[in-house]
Amino acid sequence: MSQQSTKKGEMDLPVRLRYKETKREKTGVYFKKKVGWLFIIISVIAITIFNFYPMVQAFLLSFQTGMGGNLEFTGLSNWQRLFGDPTFIAALTNTSIYLLIQVPLMIVLALFFSVLLNDPKLKFRGFFRIAIFLPCVTSLVAYSVIFKYLFGIDGIINIFLLNFGFISESINFLADPVWAKVVIILAITWRWTGYNMIFYLAALQNVDKSIYEAARIDGANSIQQFFQITVPMLKPIILFTSITSTIGTLQIFDEIVNITNGGPGNATISISQYIYNLSFEYTPDFGYASTVSYVIVILVVILSIIQFRVAGEKK
Amino acid sequence: MKNVKRIFIYVFLSLAAIVSIFPFLWMLVSITNKSVDVTQGRLLPGTHLIENMKTLFSTIDIVPALINSTIIAVITTVLTLLLASLAGYGFEIHRSRGKDIIFNILLLSMMIPFAAIMVPLYRMFGSISDTAPLIGIDSLGAVILPTATTAFFIFFFRQNTKMFPKDLVEAGRIDGLSELGVFFRIYMPTMKTTYAAAAIISFMNSWNNYLWPLVILQSPEKRTIPLLISNLGSSYSPDYGVIMSAIVIATLPTALVFFLMQKHFVAGMMGSVKG
Repeated sequence: MSQQSTKKGEMDLPVRLRYKETKREKTGVYFKKKVGWLFIIISVIAITIFNFYPMVQAFLLSFQTGMGGNLEFTGLSNWQRLFGDPTFIAALTNTSIYLLIQVPLMIVLALFFSVLLNDPKLKFRGFFRIAIFLPCVTSLVAYSVIFKYLFGIDGIINIFLLNFGFISESINFLADPVWAKVVIILAITWRWTGYNMIFYLAALQNVDKSIYEAARIDGANSIQQFFQITVPMLKPIILFTSITSTIGTLQIFDEIVNITNGGPGNATISISQYIYNLSFEYTPDFGYASTVSYVIVILVVILSIIQFRVAGEKK
Repeated sequence: MKNVKRIFIYVFLSLAAIVSIFPFLWMLVSITNKSVDVTQGRLLPGTHLIENMKTLFSTIDIVPALINSTIIAVITTVLTLLLASLAGYGFEIHRSRGKDIIFNILLLSMMIPFAAIMVPLYRMFGSISDTAPLIGIDSLGAVILPTATTAFFIFFFRQNTKMFPKDLVEAGRIDGLSELGVFFRIYMPTMKTTYAAAAIISFMNSWNNYLWPLVILQSPEKRTIPLLISNLGSSYSPDYGVIMSAIVIATLPTALVFFLMQKHFVAGMMGSVKG
Protein backbone atom coordinates (compact mmCIF):
# COMPACT_ATOMS: atom_id res chain seq x y z
CA MET A 1 0.00 0.00 0.00
CA SER A 2 2.73 2.44 0.96
CA GLN A 3 4.77 1.34 -2.06
CA GLN A 4 1.90 2.27 -4.32
CA SER A 5 1.48 5.73 -2.87
CA THR A 6 5.19 6.53 -3.12
CA LYS A 7 5.27 5.39 -6.74
CA LYS A 8 2.50 7.74 -7.75
CA GLY A 9 3.75 11.26 -7.10
CA GLU A 10 0.54 13.26 -7.50
CA MET A 11 -0.94 14.99 -4.55
CA ASP A 12 -4.58 13.98 -4.54
CA LEU A 13 -4.08 10.48 -5.90
CA PRO A 14 -2.61 8.91 -2.74
CA VAL A 15 -5.56 10.16 -0.76
CA ARG A 16 -8.01 8.55 -3.12
CA LEU A 17 -5.92 5.46 -3.25
CA ARG A 18 -5.59 5.26 0.50
CA TYR A 19 -9.29 5.70 0.95
CA LYS A 20 -10.01 3.03 -1.62
CA GLU A 21 -7.50 0.66 -0.20
CA THR A 22 -8.57 0.88 3.40
CA LYS A 23 -12.06 0.15 2.21
CA ARG A 24 -10.83 -2.71 0.10
CA GLU A 25 -8.73 -3.97 2.96
CA LYS A 26 -11.67 -4.00 5.31
CA THR A 27 -13.98 -5.74 2.92
CA GLY A 28 -10.99 -7.73 1.69
CA VAL A 29 -10.45 -9.57 4.95
CA TYR A 30 -14.12 -10.28 5.29
CA PHE A 31 -14.43 -11.11 1.62
CA LYS A 32 -11.32 -13.31 1.57
CA LYS A 33 -12.54 -15.52 4.38
CA LYS A 34 -15.88 -16.09 2.71
CA VAL A 35 -14.57 -16.41 -0.81
CA GLY A 36 -12.12 -19.11 0.27
CA TRP A 37 -15.11 -21.31 1.03
CA LEU A 38 -16.68 -20.44 -2.31
CA PHE A 39 -13.67 -21.99 -4.06
CA ILE A 40 -14.09 -25.35 -2.38
CA ILE A 41 -17.82 -25.55 -1.78
CA ILE A 42 -18.90 -27.21 -5.06
CA SER A 43 -16.28 -29.95 -4.74
CA VAL A 44 -17.08 -30.54 -1.08
CA ILE A 45 -20.79 -30.90 -1.85
CA ALA A 46 -20.18 -33.10 -4.90
CA ILE A 47 -17.81 -35.45 -3.08
CA THR A 48 -20.23 -35.66 -0.17
CA ILE A 49 -23.13 -36.53 -2.48
CA PHE A 50 -21.24 -38.93 -4.75
CA ASN A 51 -18.85 -40.55 -2.25
CA PHE A 52 -19.66 -40.16 1.43
CA TYR A 53 -23.45 -40.29 1.24
CA PRO A 54 -23.39 -43.53 -0.83
CA MET A 55 -20.95 -45.01 1.71
CA VAL A 56 -23.50 -44.35 4.47
CA GLN A 57 -26.27 -45.70 2.26
CA ALA A 58 -24.27 -48.86 1.54
CA PHE A 59 -23.70 -49.33 5.24
CA LEU A 60 -27.44 -49.10 5.94
CA LEU A 61 -28.20 -51.35 2.96
CA SER A 62 -25.87 -54.01 4.34
CA PHE A 63 -28.42 -54.65 7.11
CA GLN A 64 -31.35 -54.97 4.72
CA THR A 65 -32.57 -57.85 2.59
CA GLY A 66 -35.08 -58.22 -0.21
CA MET A 67 -35.22 -58.19 -3.97
CA GLY A 68 -34.90 -55.00 -6.01
CA GLY A 69 -36.59 -52.09 -4.25
CA ASN A 70 -38.43 -54.08 -1.56
CA LEU A 71 -35.89 -53.93 1.22
CA GLU A 72 -36.39 -54.37 4.91
CA PHE A 73 -34.05 -54.33 7.88
CA THR A 74 -33.02 -57.82 8.93
CA GLY A 75 -30.14 -57.04 11.23
CA LEU A 76 -26.97 -59.06 10.82
CA SER A 77 -28.40 -61.77 8.58
CA ASN A 78 -26.43 -60.57 5.52
CA TRP A 79 -23.21 -60.63 7.54
CA GLN A 80 -23.94 -64.18 8.69
CA ARG A 81 -24.72 -65.22 5.12
CA LEU A 82 -21.21 -64.12 4.05
CA PHE A 83 -19.42 -66.90 5.91
CA GLY A 84 -21.54 -69.70 4.46
CA ASP A 85 -21.53 -68.35 0.91
CA PRO A 86 -19.18 -70.44 -1.30
CA THR A 87 -19.14 -67.83 -4.09
CA PHE A 88 -18.13 -65.10 -1.65
CA ILE A 89 -15.39 -67.32 -0.21
CA ALA A 90 -14.17 -68.09 -3.75
CA ALA A 91 -14.18 -64.37 -4.61
CA LEU A 92 -12.31 -63.48 -1.41
CA THR A 93 -9.76 -66.27 -1.95
CA ASN A 94 -9.16 -65.35 -5.59
CA THR A 95 -8.77 -61.65 -4.81
CA SER A 96 -6.30 -62.49 -2.02
CA ILE A 97 -4.30 -64.71 -4.37
CA TYR A 98 -4.11 -61.93 -6.99
CA LEU A 99 -3.04 -59.51 -4.29
CA LEU A 100 -0.42 -61.67 -2.58
CA ILE A 101 1.26 -62.81 -5.80
CA GLN A 102 0.73 -59.95 -8.21
CA VAL A 103 1.55 -56.87 -6.11
CA PRO A 104 4.94 -58.10 -4.76
CA LEU A 105 5.87 -59.57 -8.17
CA MET A 106 5.12 -56.31 -9.92
CA ILE A 107 6.86 -54.09 -7.37
CA VAL A 108 10.03 -56.20 -7.38
CA LEU A 109 10.07 -56.25 -11.19
CA ALA A 110 9.46 -52.50 -11.39
CA LEU A 111 12.25 -51.80 -8.88
CA PHE A 112 14.59 -54.08 -10.77
CA PHE A 113 13.85 -52.39 -14.13
CA SER A 114 14.23 -48.92 -12.65
CA VAL A 115 17.64 -49.71 -11.13
CA LEU A 116 18.88 -51.17 -14.43
CA LEU A 117 17.48 -48.26 -16.44
CA ASN A 118 18.93 -45.68 -14.06
CA ASP A 119 22.45 -46.60 -15.19
CA PRO A 120 23.57 -43.72 -17.45
CA LYS A 121 26.03 -46.00 -19.24
CA LEU A 122 23.26 -48.28 -20.45
CA LYS A 123 22.65 -48.13 -24.21
CA PHE A 124 19.11 -47.81 -25.66
CA ARG A 125 17.91 -46.56 -22.26
CA GLY A 126 15.14 -44.42 -23.76
CA PHE A 127 13.92 -47.26 -25.93
CA PHE A 128 13.74 -49.75 -23.04
CA ARG A 129 12.00 -47.20 -20.85
CA ILE A 130 9.31 -46.39 -23.43
CA ALA A 131 8.86 -50.06 -24.32
CA ILE A 132 8.26 -51.10 -20.72
CA PHE A 133 5.98 -48.15 -20.07
CA LEU A 134 3.96 -48.61 -23.28
CA PRO A 135 1.34 -51.05 -21.86
CA CYS A 136 0.03 -48.18 -19.69
CA VAL A 137 -1.53 -46.44 -22.69
CA THR A 138 -3.99 -49.29 -23.26
CA SER A 139 -7.43 -49.27 -21.71
CA LEU A 140 -8.12 -52.03 -19.21
CA VAL A 141 -10.89 -53.49 -21.36
CA ALA A 142 -8.83 -53.38 -24.57
CA TYR A 143 -5.78 -55.12 -23.15
CA SER A 144 -7.96 -57.68 -21.38
CA VAL A 145 -9.59 -58.68 -24.68
CA ILE A 146 -6.12 -58.90 -26.27
CA PHE A 147 -4.89 -61.16 -23.46
CA LYS A 148 -7.99 -63.32 -23.78
CA TYR A 149 -7.17 -63.89 -27.46
CA LEU A 150 -3.42 -64.31 -26.85
CA PHE A 151 -4.09 -67.11 -24.37
CA GLY A 152 -7.07 -68.64 -26.19
CA ILE A 153 -7.06 -72.32 -27.10
CA ASP A 154 -6.08 -71.39 -30.67
CA GLY A 155 -4.29 -68.24 -29.53
CA ILE A 156 -0.80 -67.24 -30.47
CA ILE A 157 0.78 -68.33 -27.18
CA ASN A 158 -0.38 -71.88 -27.80
CA ILE A 159 0.85 -71.72 -31.40
CA PHE A 160 4.30 -70.58 -30.17
CA LEU A 161 4.52 -73.24 -27.49
CA LEU A 162 3.46 -75.94 -29.97
CA ASN A 163 5.89 -74.80 -32.67
CA PHE A 164 8.85 -74.65 -30.30
CA GLY A 165 7.93 -78.07 -28.94
CA PHE A 166 7.35 -76.99 -25.32
CA ILE A 167 3.95 -78.68 -25.34
CA SER A 168 2.47 -81.44 -27.49
CA GLU A 169 -1.12 -80.22 -27.46
CA SER A 170 -2.76 -76.84 -26.86
CA ILE A 171 -3.37 -75.80 -23.26
CA ASN A 172 -6.83 -74.40 -22.66
CA PHE A 173 -5.47 -71.67 -20.38
CA LEU A 174 -8.74 -69.92 -19.69
CA ALA A 175 -10.68 -73.11 -18.93
CA ASP A 176 -8.21 -74.35 -16.33
CA PRO A 177 -8.73 -72.98 -12.78
CA VAL A 178 -5.00 -72.55 -12.10
CA TRP A 179 -3.87 -71.36 -15.55
CA ALA A 180 -6.74 -68.87 -15.71
CA LYS A 181 -5.47 -67.21 -12.51
CA VAL A 182 -1.92 -67.23 -13.89
CA VAL A 183 -3.09 -65.47 -17.06
CA ILE A 184 -4.87 -62.80 -15.03
CA ILE A 185 -1.80 -62.20 -12.85
CA LEU A 186 0.42 -62.01 -15.95
CA ALA A 187 -1.99 -59.59 -17.59
CA ILE A 188 -2.13 -57.17 -14.65
CA THR A 189 1.64 -57.35 -14.25
CA TRP A 190 2.10 -56.59 -17.96
CA ARG A 191 -0.17 -53.56 -17.73
CA TRP A 192 1.12 -51.94 -14.51
CA THR A 193 4.84 -52.74 -14.08
CA GLY A 194 5.97 -49.86 -16.31
CA TYR A 195 3.65 -47.49 -14.50
CA ASN A 196 5.27 -48.22 -11.14
CA MET A 197 8.73 -48.20 -12.70
CA ILE A 198 8.27 -44.54 -13.70
CA PHE A 199 7.74 -43.59 -10.06
CA TYR A 200 10.92 -45.39 -8.98
CA LEU A 201 12.95 -43.92 -11.84
CA ALA A 202 11.91 -40.43 -10.83
CA ALA A 203 12.74 -41.11 -7.19
CA LEU A 204 16.14 -42.59 -8.09
CA GLN A 205 17.10 -39.36 -9.82
CA ASN A 206 16.92 -37.61 -6.46
CA VAL A 207 19.23 -40.11 -4.76
CA ASP A 208 22.68 -38.66 -4.22
CA LYS A 209 25.18 -40.54 -6.42
CA SER A 210 27.97 -40.08 -3.87
CA ILE A 211 26.26 -42.51 -1.50
CA TYR A 212 26.83 -45.24 -4.06
CA GLU A 213 30.44 -44.10 -4.55
CA ALA A 214 31.06 -44.37 -0.83
CA ALA A 215 29.43 -47.79 -0.70
CA ARG A 216 31.59 -49.00 -3.59
CA ILE A 217 34.73 -47.84 -1.84
CA ASP A 218 33.60 -49.72 1.24
CA GLY A 219 33.38 -52.80 -0.96
CA ALA A 220 29.63 -53.22 -1.29
CA ASN A 221 28.60 -55.14 -4.40
CA SER A 222 25.60 -54.14 -6.50
CA ILE A 223 23.20 -56.52 -4.72
CA GLN A 224 24.22 -55.10 -1.32
CA GLN A 225 23.90 -51.57 -2.72
CA PHE A 226 20.41 -52.42 -3.92
CA PHE A 227 19.20 -53.66 -0.54
CA GLN A 228 21.23 -51.33 1.71
CA ILE A 229 20.82 -48.10 -0.22
CA THR A 230 18.27 -48.16 -3.03
CA VAL A 231 15.42 -49.88 -1.18
CA PRO A 232 15.70 -47.75 2.00
CA MET A 233 16.00 -44.55 -0.05
CA LEU A 234 12.92 -45.41 -2.10
CA LYS A 235 10.88 -46.54 0.88
CA PRO A 236 8.27 -43.74 0.81
CA ILE A 237 7.60 -44.23 -2.88
CA ILE A 238 7.53 -48.03 -2.51
CA LEU A 239 4.95 -47.54 0.23
CA PHE A 240 2.92 -45.23 -1.99
CA THR A 241 2.96 -47.64 -4.95
CA SER A 242 2.16 -50.68 -2.81
CA ILE A 243 -0.84 -48.95 -1.26
CA THR A 244 -2.22 -47.78 -4.61
CA SER A 245 -1.57 -51.21 -6.18
CA THR A 246 -3.20 -52.96 -3.23
CA ILE A 247 -6.29 -50.76 -3.43
CA GLY A 248 -6.38 -51.29 -7.21
CA THR A 249 -6.01 -55.06 -7.08
CA LEU A 250 -8.59 -55.39 -4.28
CA GLN A 251 -11.09 -53.76 -6.63
CA ILE A 252 -10.10 -55.68 -9.74
CA PHE A 253 -13.03 -55.95 -12.13
CA ASP A 254 -12.37 -55.04 -15.79
CA GLU A 255 -9.72 -57.71 -16.37
CA ILE A 256 -11.67 -60.55 -14.75
CA VAL A 257 -14.88 -59.77 -16.62
CA ASN A 258 -13.18 -59.43 -19.98
CA ILE A 259 -10.58 -62.21 -19.78
CA THR A 260 -12.41 -65.06 -18.04
CA ASN A 261 -15.74 -63.59 -16.90
CA GLY A 262 -15.01 -65.19 -13.53
CA GLY A 263 -14.77 -68.70 -14.93
CA PRO A 264 -14.17 -71.57 -15.17
CA GLY A 265 -16.81 -72.12 -12.51
CA ASN A 266 -15.96 -69.35 -10.09
CA ALA A 267 -12.21 -70.01 -10.28
CA THR A 268 -11.27 -66.41 -11.11
CA ILE A 269 -14.24 -64.37 -9.83
CA SER A 270 -13.22 -61.27 -7.85
CA ILE A 271 -15.08 -59.50 -5.05
CA SER A 272 -16.00 -56.55 -7.28
CA GLN A 273 -17.35 -58.86 -9.96
CA TYR A 274 -19.42 -60.72 -7.37
CA ILE A 275 -20.88 -57.41 -6.16
CA TYR A 276 -21.72 -56.52 -9.75
CA ASN A 277 -23.31 -59.93 -10.36
CA LEU A 278 -25.35 -59.74 -7.14
CA SER A 279 -26.68 -56.32 -8.10
CA PHE A 280 -27.08 -56.42 -11.85
CA GLU A 281 -26.67 -59.96 -13.22
CA TYR A 282 -28.68 -62.16 -10.85
CA THR A 283 -31.99 -61.10 -9.28
CA PRO A 284 -30.89 -57.80 -7.72
CA ASP A 285 -29.99 -58.23 -4.06
CA PHE A 286 -28.71 -54.75 -3.20
CA GLY A 287 -28.60 -55.42 0.53
CA TYR A 288 -26.31 -58.42 0.35
CA ALA A 289 -24.23 -56.77 -2.42
CA SER A 290 -23.60 -53.87 -0.04
CA THR A 291 -22.51 -56.26 2.68
CA VAL A 292 -19.99 -57.84 0.33
CA SER A 293 -18.80 -54.39 -0.73
CA TYR A 294 -18.08 -53.45 2.87
CA VAL A 295 -15.67 -56.37 3.01
CA ILE A 296 -13.54 -54.54 0.40
CA VAL A 297 -13.76 -51.33 2.45
CA ILE A 298 -12.61 -53.16 5.59
CA LEU A 299 -9.77 -54.86 3.68
CA VAL A 300 -8.59 -51.55 2.17
CA VAL A 301 -8.47 -49.92 5.60
CA ILE A 302 -6.72 -52.87 7.32
CA LEU A 303 -4.13 -53.37 4.58
CA SER A 304 -3.33 -49.66 4.37
CA ILE A 305 -2.78 -49.50 8.12
CA ILE A 306 -0.55 -52.60 8.02
CA GLN A 307 1.52 -51.18 5.18
CA PHE A 308 1.99 -47.89 6.99
CA ARG A 309 3.03 -49.75 10.15
CA VAL A 310 5.49 -51.98 8.33
CA ALA A 311 7.04 -49.03 6.56
CA GLY A 312 7.16 -46.93 9.71
CA GLU A 313 8.70 -49.60 11.90
CA LYS A 314 12.01 -49.95 10.10
CA LYS A 315 12.62 -46.23 10.04
CA MET B 1 32.67 -61.23 -15.21
CA LYS B 2 31.68 -57.64 -15.84
CA ASN B 3 30.85 -58.47 -19.45
CA VAL B 4 28.76 -61.47 -18.49
CA LYS B 5 26.75 -59.20 -16.22
CA ARG B 6 26.32 -56.62 -18.98
CA ILE B 7 25.12 -59.24 -21.44
CA PHE B 8 22.69 -60.61 -18.90
CA ILE B 9 21.26 -57.14 -18.31
CA TYR B 10 20.77 -56.50 -22.02
CA VAL B 11 19.18 -59.93 -22.60
CA PHE B 12 16.86 -59.40 -19.65
CA LEU B 13 15.80 -55.90 -20.72
CA SER B 14 15.35 -57.00 -24.32
CA LEU B 15 13.09 -59.83 -23.21
CA ALA B 16 11.07 -57.40 -21.10
CA ALA B 17 10.79 -55.01 -24.04
CA ILE B 18 9.67 -57.81 -26.37
CA VAL B 19 7.02 -58.99 -23.90
CA SER B 20 5.81 -55.40 -23.48
CA ILE B 21 5.67 -54.60 -27.18
CA PHE B 22 4.55 -57.93 -28.62
CA PRO B 23 0.79 -57.53 -27.95
CA PHE B 24 0.93 -54.15 -29.72
CA LEU B 25 2.71 -55.60 -32.75
CA TRP B 26 0.29 -58.50 -32.86
CA MET B 27 -2.62 -56.07 -32.68
CA LEU B 28 -1.22 -53.91 -35.48
CA VAL B 29 -0.46 -56.92 -37.69
CA SER B 30 -3.86 -58.45 -37.04
CA ILE B 31 -5.83 -55.47 -38.30
CA THR B 32 -4.32 -56.12 -41.73
CA ASN B 33 -5.22 -59.80 -41.77
CA LYS B 34 -8.31 -61.96 -42.19
CA SER B 35 -9.78 -63.51 -39.08
CA VAL B 36 -8.65 -66.98 -40.23
CA ASP B 37 -5.05 -65.82 -40.61
CA VAL B 38 -5.10 -64.32 -37.11
CA THR B 39 -6.20 -67.64 -35.59
CA GLN B 40 -3.46 -69.40 -37.53
CA GLY B 41 -0.88 -67.21 -35.88
CA ARG B 42 0.11 -65.13 -38.89
CA LEU B 43 2.63 -62.49 -37.80
CA LEU B 44 3.17 -60.80 -41.16
CA PRO B 45 1.21 -57.78 -42.39
CA GLY B 46 -1.56 -58.74 -44.80
CA THR B 47 -3.73 -56.87 -47.27
CA HIS B 48 -7.04 -57.02 -45.46
CA LEU B 49 -6.79 -53.67 -43.64
CA ILE B 50 -9.30 -51.73 -45.75
CA GLU B 51 -11.69 -54.67 -45.75
CA ASN B 52 -11.55 -54.88 -41.94
CA MET B 53 -12.13 -51.15 -41.56
CA LYS B 54 -15.11 -51.30 -43.95
CA THR B 55 -16.67 -54.16 -42.01
CA LEU B 56 -16.01 -52.36 -38.74
CA PHE B 57 -17.68 -49.13 -39.77
CA SER B 58 -20.59 -50.76 -41.61
CA THR B 59 -21.57 -53.58 -39.24
CA ILE B 60 -20.52 -52.29 -35.83
CA ASP B 61 -21.77 -49.08 -34.23
CA ILE B 62 -18.31 -47.77 -33.49
CA VAL B 63 -19.05 -44.19 -34.58
CA PRO B 64 -21.82 -43.57 -32.00
CA ALA B 65 -19.61 -45.19 -29.36
CA LEU B 66 -16.71 -42.92 -30.29
CA ILE B 67 -18.99 -39.88 -30.14
CA ASN B 68 -20.41 -40.90 -26.73
CA SER B 69 -16.96 -41.54 -25.30
CA THR B 70 -15.66 -38.24 -26.64
CA ILE B 71 -18.59 -36.23 -25.23
CA ILE B 72 -18.24 -37.90 -21.83
CA ALA B 73 -14.45 -37.58 -21.70
CA VAL B 74 -14.39 -33.92 -22.79
CA ILE B 75 -17.13 -32.76 -20.40
CA THR B 76 -15.69 -34.78 -17.52
CA THR B 77 -12.22 -33.35 -18.15
CA VAL B 78 -13.43 -29.74 -18.33
CA LEU B 79 -15.53 -30.11 -15.16
CA THR B 80 -12.73 -31.91 -13.33
CA LEU B 81 -10.14 -29.27 -14.23
CA LEU B 82 -12.39 -26.38 -13.27
CA LEU B 83 -13.77 -27.75 -10.00
CA ALA B 84 -10.59 -29.46 -8.80
CA SER B 85 -8.35 -26.47 -9.54
CA LEU B 86 -10.79 -24.09 -7.83
CA ALA B 87 -10.79 -26.34 -4.77
CA GLY B 88 -7.05 -27.03 -4.81
CA TYR B 89 -6.42 -23.27 -5.05
CA GLY B 90 -8.95 -22.52 -2.33
CA PHE B 91 -7.46 -25.05 0.08
CA GLU B 92 -3.91 -23.79 -0.44
CA ILE B 93 -4.26 -20.02 -0.96
CA HIS B 94 -7.19 -19.40 1.40
CA ARG B 95 -5.84 -21.81 3.94
CA SER B 96 -7.55 -22.09 7.31
CA ARG B 97 -7.75 -24.70 10.01
CA GLY B 98 -11.34 -25.55 9.14
CA LYS B 99 -10.47 -26.07 5.50
CA ASP B 100 -7.48 -28.25 6.37
CA ILE B 101 -9.74 -30.57 8.35
CA ILE B 102 -12.21 -30.75 5.46
CA PHE B 103 -9.34 -31.41 3.05
CA ASN B 104 -8.19 -34.39 5.10
CA ILE B 105 -11.74 -35.74 5.20
CA LEU B 106 -12.00 -35.38 1.42
CA LEU B 107 -8.74 -37.32 1.03
CA LEU B 108 -10.35 -40.26 2.81
CA SER B 109 -12.75 -40.58 -0.12
CA MET B 110 -9.78 -41.69 -2.24
CA MET B 111 -9.81 -44.94 -0.29
CA ILE B 112 -13.47 -45.67 -1.00
CA PRO B 113 -13.64 -48.60 -3.43
CA PHE B 114 -15.96 -47.80 -6.31
CA ALA B 115 -17.64 -51.20 -6.05
CA ALA B 116 -18.79 -50.22 -2.55
CA ILE B 117 -20.71 -47.15 -3.68
CA MET B 118 -21.95 -48.23 -7.09
CA VAL B 119 -25.21 -49.74 -5.81
CA PRO B 120 -26.28 -46.67 -3.79
CA LEU B 121 -25.20 -44.42 -6.69
CA TYR B 122 -27.27 -46.51 -9.09
CA ARG B 123 -30.28 -46.22 -6.80
CA MET B 124 -29.68 -42.49 -6.35
CA PHE B 125 -29.66 -41.85 -10.11
CA GLY B 126 -32.62 -44.22 -10.48
CA SER B 127 -34.68 -42.14 -8.05
CA ILE B 128 -34.17 -38.92 -10.07
CA SER B 129 -34.62 -40.54 -13.50
CA ASP B 130 -38.23 -39.39 -13.87
CA THR B 131 -37.74 -35.80 -12.74
CA ALA B 132 -34.37 -35.21 -14.41
CA PRO B 133 -33.90 -37.62 -17.31
CA LEU B 134 -30.73 -35.82 -18.45
CA ILE B 135 -28.89 -37.08 -15.37
CA GLY B 136 -30.98 -40.19 -14.75
CA ILE B 137 -30.21 -43.82 -15.48
CA ASP B 138 -29.08 -44.43 -19.06
CA SER B 139 -27.93 -40.84 -19.57
CA LEU B 140 -24.48 -39.51 -20.36
CA GLY B 141 -24.94 -36.99 -17.55
CA ALA B 142 -25.15 -39.77 -14.99
CA VAL B 143 -21.86 -41.17 -16.29
CA ILE B 144 -20.18 -37.79 -15.92
CA LEU B 145 -21.42 -36.51 -12.56
CA PRO B 146 -19.85 -38.95 -10.06
CA THR B 147 -16.55 -39.05 -11.94
CA ALA B 148 -16.14 -35.29 -12.46
CA THR B 149 -15.20 -34.49 -8.87
CA THR B 150 -12.59 -36.65 -7.24
CA ALA B 151 -10.40 -35.92 -4.26
CA PHE B 152 -7.40 -37.10 -6.25
CA PHE B 153 -7.47 -34.09 -8.58
CA ILE B 154 -8.08 -31.64 -5.72
CA PHE B 155 -5.02 -33.12 -4.00
CA PHE B 156 -3.13 -32.93 -7.28
CA PHE B 157 -3.91 -29.24 -7.78
CA ARG B 158 -3.19 -28.39 -4.15
CA GLN B 159 0.22 -30.07 -4.34
CA ASN B 160 1.05 -28.07 -7.47
CA THR B 161 -0.33 -24.83 -6.04
CA LYS B 162 2.36 -25.05 -3.33
CA MET B 163 4.82 -23.95 -6.02
CA PHE B 164 2.62 -21.10 -7.22
CA PRO B 165 4.16 -17.77 -6.12
CA LYS B 166 1.81 -16.22 -3.54
CA ASP B 167 3.11 -12.73 -4.39
CA LEU B 168 1.17 -12.98 -7.64
CA VAL B 169 -2.05 -13.25 -5.66
CA GLU B 170 -1.17 -10.08 -3.72
CA ALA B 171 -0.16 -8.30 -6.91
CA GLY B 172 -3.48 -9.22 -8.48
CA ARG B 173 -5.41 -7.92 -5.48
CA ILE B 174 -3.51 -4.64 -5.57
CA ASP B 175 -4.30 -4.33 -9.27
CA GLY B 176 -7.94 -4.44 -8.31
CA LEU B 177 -8.80 -7.97 -9.37
CA SER B 178 -11.49 -9.79 -7.45
CA GLU B 179 -10.58 -13.08 -5.76
CA LEU B 180 -12.09 -15.02 -8.66
CA GLY B 181 -10.37 -12.63 -11.07
CA VAL B 182 -7.02 -13.53 -9.52
CA PHE B 183 -7.84 -17.18 -10.05
CA PHE B 184 -8.97 -16.90 -13.66
CA ARG B 185 -6.60 -14.19 -14.89
CA ILE B 186 -3.42 -15.01 -12.99
CA TYR B 187 -3.52 -18.53 -11.54
CA MET B 188 -4.94 -20.35 -14.56
CA PRO B 189 -2.47 -18.97 -17.17
CA THR B 190 0.48 -19.50 -14.81
CA MET B 191 -0.41 -23.12 -14.11
CA LYS B 192 -0.79 -24.24 -17.72
CA THR B 193 1.45 -27.29 -17.36
CA THR B 194 -0.39 -28.48 -14.27
CA TYR B 195 -3.67 -28.19 -16.17
CA ALA B 196 -2.17 -30.07 -19.11
CA ALA B 197 -1.01 -32.92 -16.90
CA ALA B 198 -4.36 -33.12 -15.10
CA ALA B 199 -6.22 -33.01 -18.42
CA ILE B 200 -4.27 -36.00 -19.70
CA ILE B 201 -4.97 -38.14 -16.64
CA SER B 202 -8.62 -37.10 -16.46
CA PHE B 203 -9.24 -37.71 -20.16
CA MET B 204 -7.60 -41.13 -20.07
CA ASN B 205 -9.50 -42.18 -16.93
CA SER B 206 -12.78 -41.14 -18.45
CA TRP B 207 -12.06 -42.61 -21.89
CA ASN B 208 -11.15 -45.96 -20.35
CA ASN B 209 -13.77 -46.08 -17.59
CA TYR B 210 -15.71 -49.33 -17.72
CA LEU B 211 -17.55 -50.29 -14.53
CA TRP B 212 -19.70 -47.20 -13.94
CA PRO B 213 -20.86 -46.81 -17.58
CA LEU B 214 -21.58 -50.55 -17.60
CA VAL B 215 -23.82 -50.08 -14.56
CA ILE B 216 -25.61 -46.89 -15.54
CA LEU B 217 -25.92 -47.10 -19.35
CA GLN B 218 -28.45 -49.54 -20.77
CA SER B 219 -29.45 -48.77 -24.33
CA PRO B 220 -26.99 -49.88 -27.05
CA GLU B 221 -26.89 -46.47 -28.73
CA LYS B 222 -25.52 -44.89 -25.52
CA ARG B 223 -22.62 -47.36 -25.27
CA THR B 224 -19.11 -46.04 -24.80
CA ILE B 225 -16.00 -47.49 -26.45
CA PRO B 226 -14.98 -49.82 -23.57
CA LEU B 227 -18.53 -51.22 -23.41
CA LEU B 228 -18.48 -51.82 -27.16
CA ILE B 229 -15.10 -53.56 -27.08
CA SER B 230 -16.10 -55.69 -24.12
CA ASN B 231 -19.20 -56.70 -26.05
CA LEU B 232 -17.21 -57.55 -29.18
CA GLY B 233 -14.70 -59.49 -27.12
CA SER B 234 -17.35 -61.73 -25.61
CA SER B 235 -18.97 -62.72 -28.90
CA TYR B 236 -18.98 -66.43 -29.72
CA SER B 237 -17.78 -66.17 -33.30
CA PRO B 238 -15.36 -63.27 -33.16
CA ASP B 239 -14.02 -61.67 -36.33
CA TYR B 240 -10.50 -61.07 -34.98
CA GLY B 241 -9.39 -58.68 -37.72
CA VAL B 242 -12.39 -56.44 -37.12
CA ILE B 243 -12.23 -56.57 -33.31
CA MET B 244 -8.52 -55.73 -33.39
CA SER B 245 -9.33 -52.76 -35.63
CA ALA B 246 -11.85 -51.53 -33.07
CA ILE B 247 -9.29 -51.93 -30.29
CA VAL B 248 -6.62 -50.06 -32.26
CA ILE B 249 -9.01 -47.18 -32.94
CA ALA B 250 -10.00 -47.07 -29.27
CA THR B 251 -6.36 -47.04 -28.14
CA LEU B 252 -5.20 -44.42 -30.66
CA PRO B 253 -6.34 -41.32 -28.72
CA THR B 254 -4.61 -42.33 -25.50
CA ALA B 255 -1.50 -43.56 -27.33
CA LEU B 256 -1.29 -40.27 -29.26
CA VAL B 257 -1.72 -38.25 -26.08
CA PHE B 258 1.09 -40.25 -24.54
CA PHE B 259 3.53 -39.81 -27.42
CA LEU B 260 2.79 -36.14 -28.02
CA MET B 261 2.80 -35.12 -24.38
CA GLN B 262 5.18 -37.58 -22.72
CA LYS B 263 6.66 -34.96 -20.40
CA HIS B 264 3.27 -33.75 -19.12
CA PHE B 265 2.20 -37.34 -18.78
CA VAL B 266 5.04 -38.26 -16.45
CA ALA B 267 4.76 -34.89 -14.69
CA GLY B 268 1.12 -35.68 -14.07
CA MET B 269 1.94 -39.00 -12.47
CA MET B 270 4.63 -37.43 -10.34
CA GLY B 271 2.45 -34.50 -9.32
CA SER B 272 0.37 -36.90 -7.31
CA VAL B 273 3.19 -37.89 -4.98
CA LYS B 274 5.61 -35.02 -4.56
CA GLY B 275 5.43 -32.60 -1.70
